[in-house]
Order: sequence, then structure tokens, then C-alpha cells
Amino acid sequence: MANMVRRHTTSARLWRAGLYTLLIMAALVYLLPLVVMLLTSLKPLDDIRAGGLLSLPSTISFEAWSKAWGSACTGMRCNGMSGYFLNSIAIVVPAVAISSLVGALNGYVLTKWRFRGANLCFALLLFGCFVPFQVVLMPMARTLGWLGLASSTSGLVLVHVVYGIAFTTLFFRNYYVSIPDEMIAAAKLDGAGFWRIFWRILLPVSGPIITVTVIWQFTQIWNDFLFGVSFAGFDSQPVTVALNNMVNTSTGVKEYNVDMAAAMIAALPTLVVYVLAGKYFVRGLTAGSVKG
Amino acid sequence: MPSKVSAPASGERRHRRSLAGHIERVLPRLVVAPSLGVALFFVYGYMLWTFLLSLTNSRMLPQYDFVGFAQYARLFANERWHVAATNLVVFGGLFIVSCLVIGLLLAIFLDQRIRQEGALRTIYLYPMALSLIVTGVVWRWLLNPGLGIQAMVRGWGFEDFTFNWLVDSDMAIYTLVIAAVWQASGFVMALFLAGLRSIDDSLFQAAALDGASLPRIYTRIVLPSLRPVVFSSVMILAHIAIKSFDLVMALTGGGPGYATDLPATFMYAHTFTRGQIGLGSASAIMMLCGVLAILVPYLYSELRGQRHG
Repeated sequence: MANMVRRHTTSARLWRAGLYTLLIMAALVYLLPLVVMLLTSLKPLDDIRAGGLLSLPSTISFEAWSKAWGSACTGMRCNGMSGYFLNSIAIVVPAVAISSLVGALNGYVLTKWRFRGANLCFALLLFGCFVPFQVVLMPMARTLGWLGLASSTSGLVLVHVVYGIAFTTLFFRNYYVSIPDEMIAAAKLDGAGFWRIFWRILLPVSGPIITVTVIWQFTQIWNDFLFGVSFAGFDSQPVTVALNNMVNTSTGVKEYNVDMAAAMIAALPTLVVYVLAGKYFVRGLTAGSVKG
Repeated sequence: MPSKVSAPASGERRHRRSLAGHIERVLPRLVVAPSLGVALFFVYGYMLWTFLLSLTNSRMLPQYDFVGFAQYARLFANERWHVAATNLVVFGGLFIVSCLVIGLLLAIFLDQRIRQEGALRTIYLYPMALSLIVTGVVWRWLLNPGLGIQAMVRGWGFEDFTFNWLVDSDMAIYTLVIAAVWQASGFVMALFLAGLRSIDDSLFQAAALDGASLPRIYTRIVLPSLRPVVFSSVMILAHIAIKSFDLVMALTGGGPGYATDLPATFMYAHTFTRGQIGLGSASAIMMLCGVLAILVPYLYSELRGQRHG
């Protein structure tokens, strides 16, 4: 499209200079919170009181990071974020694995083994993407209590699997639809059965969609706060809930550098995934929302 | 749930009546059945359950003495609910419009053969990877009058500069808009950019040959063809706005007072901390109605579009 702008006139040059200025300014605005978060987390407390938001630290200190990780107080406990970070991992890993696997199988059946009512079935599942979770909180709390899973990590895994299936099914279904049915028909003629076809034909070409799904689920579950705050106990709280508690703990001197270090710790896993696999992250976002 | 009536027998003759064949035939349904059962119970069953709770006088614990729609009457007479609902309209409206405008402008600017486009795109979009709790914590720090942006600008010599929205109950709702737009506008940019890239280049060239100016091309050709993107963006953003809970909890905690309450925080507070399960359930059902009000027209137009396409 840009080739329409004639490059040689002065006005065109001005237009491009303005364009770059605008884009770079916007980038700075988007970066500001991250930069401030990082700078603040590396400053001693005295620097924070003395200097402005963007002033450089007088000495770079990782003390706030180690305190945030190991000994900062969240509510009444003072063990830092480390335990909650591990809680989040213990919730995320099984929940992502199970929901992705179930989604893959659902997508496979709903596209390659269509039965009467398959479309209705898909529509019913899909609504799970849209339901406001406030509607399910109270019944879920009761159910988890009855199942003996209240306040447990397994309970949170269950919740995330249950409400993740809608998205994972959507992802895999939309991907498998584009795989030619002839391949399946040929395999069936050769005598391959349900599992064999899935294992030998579908899975080997599923790399991209598995990546998209795993990243999407990982980000969603890692960043979850509502389920964590509603259903977790002291020993199963995810990192987002701990972060919120830490920031709202109002005993003693407020250590903003520790707060920011804790926020960085909570943010790092998803940020790293985004930087490493941004393409798949974006694809998940657009597929998960546009096609909904 | 699809009935368990056996599949159409024709064309499956190879399997005959053997046991293996029978299993093979019902296997696909067996695989999907647990998910469907889960959805029926944990989504639809729970919706019904919450609706039933909203018809009761439940307080600290759920109980089933039905009082009709009394909780809804209480809800609509509740001042805090009115604040929350009004806030949602203000927050949602500003959030959606700002994200659309910023997202569209960034996408158009980025679509001019910009060097380092990939790096810029990465920067605009990274907030979407963060938890809203992290976003809330960071912006709470930036908007802290004593140590954040206000203090910084005053430090530059503008002693009268005031930016204390976070502690001003009339303005605090706008801090939510700022943080939420920062988080989601890059995502809208990505949607628009994908939309722009899918427009046929020959359309542009034809218009340019006809002597149409660049702004004219954009308003006459590009914007109309982006309508579906606008539509789905609005739908996603509205959905985010209605569900917004994390951001409020981390940024303002609903305060000052309950000036920045949203329906999601209202529901949580009444159900889990104030012992008003009946009232909380009624508010949850109202949120569901809000989502349906957006979703149904969207799905309707999607399906109609498919039929035409």
C-alpha cells in the first residue's frame, strides 16, 4: 500500500518522518510501565523516595528480587513468592496437558468422525468460551466441597480443565477441518482404526496447533486470578493471588521495589513465552476470539 | 446430547455385527461424551443452579426457600449496583472506543512499509501477555500521586501538575480505562493489521490511478471493508469489559469507597464476603444476560454471513 506514497517530494518525506515519530512515541508509551517496573525493582528504597519514576538506580541491587522471591510477606505469611510460583506451575502443567489432549480428541471426532448431532454438540461446547465465570462460581465452590477438592491444587486443575475445553476444542476443530478427508478415508480403507488414524495421521501434522493451544492455555491459566482467589486455599494459591495479597499487605514500611520485583516474577513466564513464540501467541488470540 | 441411537447402518457393512465393529462405531461418541457431559453440568447446569439461587433468600450459605424475583427487586433498588452498572457502561464504552481508535490508527501507520515493523508490533502487543493483576499493580504504582507520574512531572519543575485520579472518586474509573486500554489496544491493532493485509492491493492501485487521495482511499475503501474486524473487536472488548474483575481488584480494589465497583466485583463481594448469596447470584445472572445481549446478535450475523458466503 505504501508504494502509493511518492517518496521524493518533501511532503512525502515529512509524512514519513512524522509517521516514524508517532510510532516510536507510541512504542515508548507502551514500554513505559515495563521499564518503570524493572527500574523500580532494581532500586534501593532510598532511591525511590528521592528520585523520580524514571531515574536510574544509584546502585543496581537485586535485593528486592531475592526478598520478593524468598521472604516478602503476603498476607500473614512471609515466605515470598517462591511457593506460590510453584503452586502456579503445579496447576498449569496438568491443566494445560489434560485440556489440550481432550481438545485434540474432540476436534478430531467433530471433524473426521462426524455423527448426527455433531454440530449441535460443538455449539453446546463452544458456549463455554463465552459464559461469564461469575455465573459458575458459587455452584463450583459447592461442587468442589462435595468432591473433597476445596482449596486444593487438584480442584483448581479440574476447574481450569473444565473451562478450558471449550477453547481447546475450538482450536483443534478449526485446524482439523482443513485436513483433507480423503487422507482419512484412505487410511480407513487400509484398515486403520480410530486411534491409529489419530496417532499416525493427525498428530504428526498437529505441531502448529498444539503450540498455539498450549501457549493459549498456559497464558490463560497462569494469568488467572478469579478462580484462584475463589477456590484456592492458603497452600494452593497461584502466583497472581499471592501478588495481589502482597501488594495489599499494609504492615510496616511499604517496599515498592519488592512489589515491583514480585510483579516481574509473576509476569516473567508469560512474557518469556510471548517473546519466544509471539507468532503463535498472536495466532491463538485471533483464533480464540475472532472465530468464536 | 445426541441420542444413543445407532449410527446410520448403510455404508458401514464391513463392520457387520462384530463386537469390535460396534465399539469402533460408538467410539467417536464415547470420546466426546465426557466433554459434553462436563459442559452440560458445569456450564448449563451451573447457570440453572445460579439462577435458582438468585430466586432464594440465601445469605451465608445456599438454601432453597424460594422468594421469587425479590432479589432482583433488591438488586435494582441497590445503589451500589447502580454505581457498578453505570461504571460498566462508562468503562466499557470508553475502553471499547479508545481501543478501536488507537488500534486502527496504529495498524494503518504500521501498514506503510515501516522498517522494524516486527519489533514495533511486538512492543504494542506485549501487554496482552501479562496478567491483569500485574497490569493493575504496575499502573497503581504509576498513578500513585506521591511517587508516580504526578511526582515525576512535578520533579521536572511543573509544581502545579496534578494527576491524582486514582484517589479521586469521580475520576478513579478512568484509571481503569487507561490501564485496560494499555493492555488491550495492541491486540486490536493486531486484528486490524491482519484485516488490512487481507485487502486486495489491486483495489488500492485502481483507486490511486483514479487520483484518489490517501485519506480518501482509507475512508472510502479500507474502513468499509474492515467492518467485520470492527464488529468482532467490539464483541471481544465488550466481553473483556463485562468480565473485568482482576484489574479492578489490583488497581483500585473497587475504591475509593465503591466508586469503581463493576458488576463482577459487586457479585464477588456480595457472594463471598458479604454473605448475600441470593443477591450475588442475581447480579451474576444479570451479567450473563449482558453477555447474551452482545453474543446473540453477533452469532446471528455470523451465521447469516456464512449462509450468504
